[in-house]
Parts: sequence; structure tokens; C-alpha cells
Amino acid sequence: MEDLEKIVSQHPFFEGMDKNYLELIIGCASNVRFDEGQQIFKEGEEANRFYMIREGSVALAIHGPGSGNVTIDTLGDGEILGWSWLVPPYYWRFDAKAKDRVRAIALDGKCLRDKCEENHDLGYELLKRFSHIIDQRLQATRLQLLDVYGLRT
Amino acid sequence: MDLEHNTLTKEQIEANPMLPRRFRIDKVTWETQETFTHELVPIDGADMFRFKPGQFNMIYVFGVGEIAISISGDPDDDSRLYHTTRVVGSVTRRKQNLVEGDILGIRGPFGNHWPVEKAVGKDVVVIAGGIGLAPLRPVIYYLLNHRDQYKRITLLYGTRSPDKILYSRQLKEWGARFDIDVSVTVDSADTDWQGHVGIVTKLIPKAVFDPNNTVAFVCGPEIMMRFTAMDLLKFDMPEDKIYVSMERNHKCGIGFCGHCQLGSYFICKDGPVFTYDKLKSYLSIKEV
Repeated sequence: MEDLEKIVSQHPFFEGMDKNYLELIIGCASNVRFDEGQQIFKEGEEANRFYMIREGSVALAIHGPGSGNVTIDTLGDGEILGWSWLVPPYYWRFDAKAKDRVRAIALDGKCLRDKCEENHDLGYELLKRFSHIIDQRLQATRLQLLDVYGLRT
Repeated sequence: MDLEHNTLTKEQIEANPMLPRRFRIDKVTWETQETFTHELVPIDGADMFRFKPGQFNMIYVFGVGEIAISISGDPDDDSRLYHTTRVVGSVTRRKQNLVEGDILGIRGPFGNHWPVEKAVGKDVVVIAGGIGLAPLRPVIYYLLNHRDQYKRITLLYGTRSPDKILYSRQLKEWGARFDIDVSVTVDSADTDWQGHVGIVTKLIPKAVFDPNNTVAFVCGPEIMMRFTAMDLLKFDMPEDKIYVSMERNHKCGIGFCGHCQLGSYFICKDGPVFTYDKLKSYLSIKEV
């Protein structure tokens, strides 16, 4: 448990977070490991977890008509995988697969949602941090949509 | 303009920089489906000219027209001239059909250069997007040729998809070296692709460099350069240590005609390489 506390508190996502909140969060955390090629979650499944990636990389993919499975993002060391646990109806929107051996901390979304309902300060703190990530990914997605390297005809 | 190179004669060049030299295409390499590299040798009896990383030539496809293309070869190799071209317009469409033995007219080299001399003793981060790797390849050659003069060297390259990666063999070779960090990302890929997916700026936080002792060279679409510069600034890099390369509609190449004017600059003469602080106000203006 002590190790878990250290790992969580040193992860960039939780940098500077109040110790009391960290204790609440650690109560919902567990160590996980995925082998290369292992499916972490699939689109449409219930989203009751998110992951702090400690090591390795994860591919996010979606199935496009006529294009098969398309990888739209890769996440690596120090990044956060998944926020569908935060947004009703709590289903994954993409597939996630380990590209190599992945070590991560899994956080139980249901457990965290309950704690956030009880403690709105914790909820606000978490939402602030997630909104930063969501903003970064939205900006990146917009740039990808612009297809800046594509040919203009 | 650097006139140390030999073309017809130095005097003739000074008298008429509008006069093209004749070069023969010695080899054609298709890098991607729409991008190819010509290896050229002079056939006018004069020596190959010297160039600095980032300079460009005006290339004349006889009977069709002239276009500005960056030199993409090794600045320390004066045996042949390399130009990587993407097929986008009428001249490049004709240029793609040329074969070994065909002749092109070359004027140049024009413009300023990536200031590799100002990066001596510093970390260097080279960030390229799409075809923007071509004008930066001479920088990589130069840095590796003079490796002991620089600290950490990082190349971050982003492009549209795995099949659009330029110089893939060379990227693999550089990636296998211990004295340069190379990361490649694509905007999207099928699930067979084992590399990064996402925009090139996502690679910046993973790169190791000292923001107070780093020079960044950035080249790609303008919006990519703007977002890249903004992300580098988040790491407290000074604006005047971030260099970007601009492209406009070059005609004369020597600052006479005004076709490539951007605000108070003629890109062909004052650029194409600028520090970010000089260009940032233009990079956010639409259609300038």
C-alpha cells in the first residue's frame, strides 16, 4: 500500500494534489499489468476504470467503415488512459490495446465517482485535472482533423 | 547570398543570378507515393556549388516553369545535389515524369540558413512535419557530421500516416544511433503500425533537452509550426531560440520581384529561416 501511495503521488497527473485527497484516491487504486497485444478495453464495454500508465504504450483504436481498425492515438509513460468512467452512460468509446508490456495503476471509476459525490472538493480537483487532459486531446484531435499534411487540391 | 560556390564563374553569377545552370538527373528515388528525390550532377563543366542547411534553389523544368525547392542533401557532400519534391502543382507534376538523364535548370542557392553555428555547445531539437523534413535533413547531416560540437540532438517527426514517412530508411538508421534521439509519429494508422500515433507536438514533453540551453529548428505546415512553437514556449524556451522556415511563392529568389513578400520581409532574401519572435504575428494571420 505504501508503494502504491508513492507511485500514485509521483505520477504527473496527481502532482501537487492534497494528501487527504490522495489517500481517498489510493483506496480505489490497484497495480495492473498487460502483456503486449492484450486488449485493455473494447468500445461499448462498461467503463468503470481509468489507468495511469507507468510504463509501456497503449494504442487507442476505432473501427471505421471501409478503413478497418484505425489507431487514432497512442499513450505512453506518465499519461492517463480513459475518461469514459467520468461521463454517463460510462461506456468506452474506443478500443485500447497494449502495444508492448504495460504497467499501470488502475483506478476504480465507480469507487471514485462515489467518493466524488460524497466529497465535492475531491470531485472538483479531479475534474480540473481531467479537463486539462480533455482539452489537450481535443486540441490535438482538431489538428488531426485539419489534416495539415494533406494535399490541397 | 553566399557566392562562394562555383557555377559558371563567380563573375557571371554576380552579373546574372537569374541564369540557370544545367544539371542532369542522375537518380530518381520515390520516397512516398507523391514525393520523390532527384540526385543531380552539373553538366556545365563547373564544380558543384556549396550550400548551407536550409537554403533553396530555383528549379527550372524547361518549357514548364520554375519552382523553389529546398536542398535536402548533405552540405558536406559536394558530389551531387539532392532535391525532394512533392507533387502539388503543374511544374511538379511535370517534374515527376522526368527520368535519369533528363536536364533541369538550377539557380541558387538562395536564402539564409538554419543557424547551426548558433547551436554549438547546446542541445538541438529538430521538429519536422510532413515534407518539412526535407529542408531539415541537411541540418541532421550537418549535426551528425560535427557531432562533438553539440550536446543532445533530438529529431521529432510527424506526418500523416506511415506510408507518408519521408526518408524512412534513414530515419531507422539515425534511430539506431546512440548519439541522436529520433521519434516519429503519424496522425493516424492501421493497427499494424507499431509507432506513435498523434500530432507531433505530443512528442515534445517526452524529449530530453535543457530549455535554457537549446536551439529548436522547426519546419512544416504553418499551423504545425505555430502550435509547436507554442508548446516549446511552455517549456520556457526563449522565442529567439526557436527557428522556423517559411515558404511563399518565390519567383526571382533574390529579393527583387516581391512575390514572396510577407509583411516587411522578402522570404527568399531575408528568410526562409526566421526566429519565432520575428514571425509569430504573421503566423496567426489568416491567408497572409
